Amino acid sequence: MTVVPEQAVVPEKQIVRPYGDTTGDGMVQVSFTLPLPHDKRAEGAAIQLAGKMGIDPAMLVHARPMGDGFTFFVVYGRVNHLVDTAAVRVVERDFPLLSAKEVNAVVKRQLRRKLSVVGACIGTDAHTVGIDAILNVKGVAGEKGLEYYRELRVSNLGAQVSVPDLVAAARAERADAVLVSQVVTQRDAHLHNTREMSAAFREAWPAGKRPLLIVGGPRFDEAMTAELGVDRIFGRGTTPGEVASYLVHTLITSRKAATG
Amino acid sequence: MTGKLDLDPVLVARARELAARAGAPVVELARSHTTVSVERAVLRLAGVQGADPDGIPWVNRLVDAVAADVGLGHGVAAPVFDALAREQLADVTLLAQKAAAGSVRFEVPAGRAATAARRTARRAVAAGVRRIDRRRAERERLVRRFGDPPRRPWIYLIVATGDIYEDIPQAQAAARAGADAIAVIRSTGQSLLDYVPEGATREGFAGTYATQENFRLMRAALDESSRELGRYVRLTNYASGLCMPEMATLAGLERLDMMLNDSMYGILFRDINPIRTFVDQRFSRQVHARAGIIINTGEDNYLTTADAVDEAHTVTVSQLLNEYFAHEAGLADWQLGLGHAFEINPDVPESLRLELAHALLVRELFPDAPLKWMPPTKHMTGDVFRGNLLDGFFNLVGALTGQGILLVGMMTEAVVTPWLSDRDIALQNVRYVLGAAGGLHEDFVPASGGFIQQRAHQVLGSAVELLDRIGEQSLLTAIGEGTFGIMKRPADRGKGLDGVARHEGDYYNPAVEILEGAGS
Repeated sequence: MTVVPEQAVVPEKQIVRPYGDTTGDGMVQVSFTLPLPHDKRAEGAAIQLAGKMGIDPAMLVHARPMGDGFTFFVVYGRVNHLVDTAAVRVVERDFPLLSAKEVNAVVKRQLRRKLSVVGACIGTDAHTVGIDAILNVKGVAGEKGLEYYRELRVSNLGAQVSVPDLVAAARAERADAVLVSQVVTQRDAHLHNTREMSAAFREAWPAGKRPLLIVGGPRFDEAMTAELGVDRIFGRGTTPGEVASYLVHTLITSRKAATG
Repeated sequence: MTGKLDLDPVLVARARELAARAGAPVVELARSHTTVSVERAVLRLAGVQGADPDGIPWVNRLVDAVAADVGLGHGVAAPVFDALAREQLADVTLLAQKAAAGSVRFEVPAGRAATAARRTARRAVAAGVRRIDRRRAERERLVRRFGDPPRRPWIYLIVATGDIYEDIPQAQAAARAGADAIAVIRSTGQSLLDYVPEGATREGFAGTYATQENFRLMRAALDESSRELGRYVRLTNYASGLCMPEMATLAGLERLDMMLNDSMYGILFRDINPIRTFVDQRFSRQVHARAGIIINTGEDNYLTTADAVDEAHTVTVSQLLNEYFAHEAGLADWQLGLGHAFEINPDVPESLRLELAHALLVRELFPDAPLKWMPPTKHMTGDVFRGNLLDGFFNLVGALTGQGILLVGMMTEAVVTPWLSDRDIALQNVRYVLGAAGGLHEDFVPASGGFIQQRAHQVLGSAVELLDRIGEQSLLTAIGEGTFGIMKRPADRGKGLDGVARHEGDYYNPAVEILEGAGS
């Protein structure tokens, strides 16, 4: 058996089809459930759906009744769609998404001390769901919170923290970043609170020395950073890993790149 | 099923002694403090129900009002029933409403007034405890009538839509498909609410709020399923977080069958104050003991943050501590669903043999406990095919080591909340393995002095070493210094500390008195 040199087998293909066991065969495998009791008609319905998905011919290889009135199907078949790799558009995040391990490694190697993060819900807001999802070890959707990161030192001040207390805590903890969560939006409370907070931090630290300011909450417009005087806004569905990756990118990786 | 690992009985006894030494000061702390949630649980037993128009339960309003006038350290029972007599009211909920409006002053009664207040308080709380007793008798009757599941392990499935009226048909479908126990996952963040929401709820975040009404609705639905299926289907919820004692009480009142109730989970993973947790935990376990509820502990969680091989002994240590605290609170061995998990990285060589060693060690250390066997989550990658195989091995280890409660692993863990088909495939997997190899534990005897025995001995040895270190400095210090998981949780920090009070000399809690079987 001979080994083919790598460059020889990777020409820049633009149009591709799925691959089963032969180039260009277009074979795919899908599984799905239909809300129908299992009979001939249900199997026909599954073939029809596969056809509409572009699978033709479709082979129904497995059908299994589940509970009352549901059937699970596995279908193999040739899909007639083509993929044009030149037309693929990828939305680029402006920072790379790192694993917890990678975040720890960058902090340890490049910052050479723990990265200090202070978090709180400010004003009268008592909804700590957001900040806890990002900071608590428990995390959210199976992803651990920032407390889990060995190289981050996290101080979660909890709910209804006043801005002066937050500033004091950020100073005491020598915070590299301050995370503020705002859920309540009555009379734009989240916007007023955020502006008050960013103004206090601007006053308390010389320009360029203040901690990174990050706010999060389900009702923020992510494009309002300048207007609110913060460095970053995270909207709904943000995960701890995204926040950690952003912190490392902004505080360490991109600064190194800029200065060195 | 004991004796396969040739464990040294002297070392096992030593491990239990050390766990008791580490735990005893914490029990002392729990016996000398109370919390807002313990006092609210007492009022729930005494019959206070419902919530104000903002949804804040009357028990919260009443405890806050008493604490504002006389503090928490006397216990609320005497001041509340003293005020009830002075106000000439018949109903404690009515008193709560008046107190919330600011029209009642609370005092710590003395002399004859104190005796009378304690007597009426005890009578009211005893009525609540009797309701729990009746629910327990009812469970025993239904289990006799419908029967227990035909085999061990019991199959445990999760539902969590956020809407109790969606949960019900899903739970019933799961029972029909073979589930022996249904757990309703709570809404994200409920553990940090310092009150129990009221009523039937239809909105939650990644789970359904635990409320007394939701408990009642789901238990009634599963009673229907039990009748239909001819086996008693158990219901599970969570006695954890800031309202642990109240959750235990509501579970007892509504005949829930199992409750997740770990001694350290809230401290480590939710940053709840350690003292608050231990005080709340002792009371909640006393209630579970009385209600005949099986607790499920949360050791599986350590392995989601720490390495399942390097930190295997911390699971053993936590199980021994959980056992000590449980026994001290009156729970019997059959009520200890001690947790552990199949979380070793499948790329580690001999990972299945290591899993077998760990699972068998737990089985042999706690021969009379049901044991809660938790599926892989950390190494489920989204590759559902590999995930299904991993779950099959998890099921096999469960069968080989005689686990009591098996939480069904989903190949779509970390991908989506389980679809109908995911659950069906997962249950097929369980049924296949239990059907094909359910009795294999009879034949499975690890080689004497072989890999599995050696590994089990090694983990037990490390556990004893760690317990020894903890005993020297006290458990609270160990937690403060980050011995478990990786979290440092000092005793003077964390959520819920302001709801803790040291007992005054005249502290009175009729519920604890009844549950500990003292007085008359």
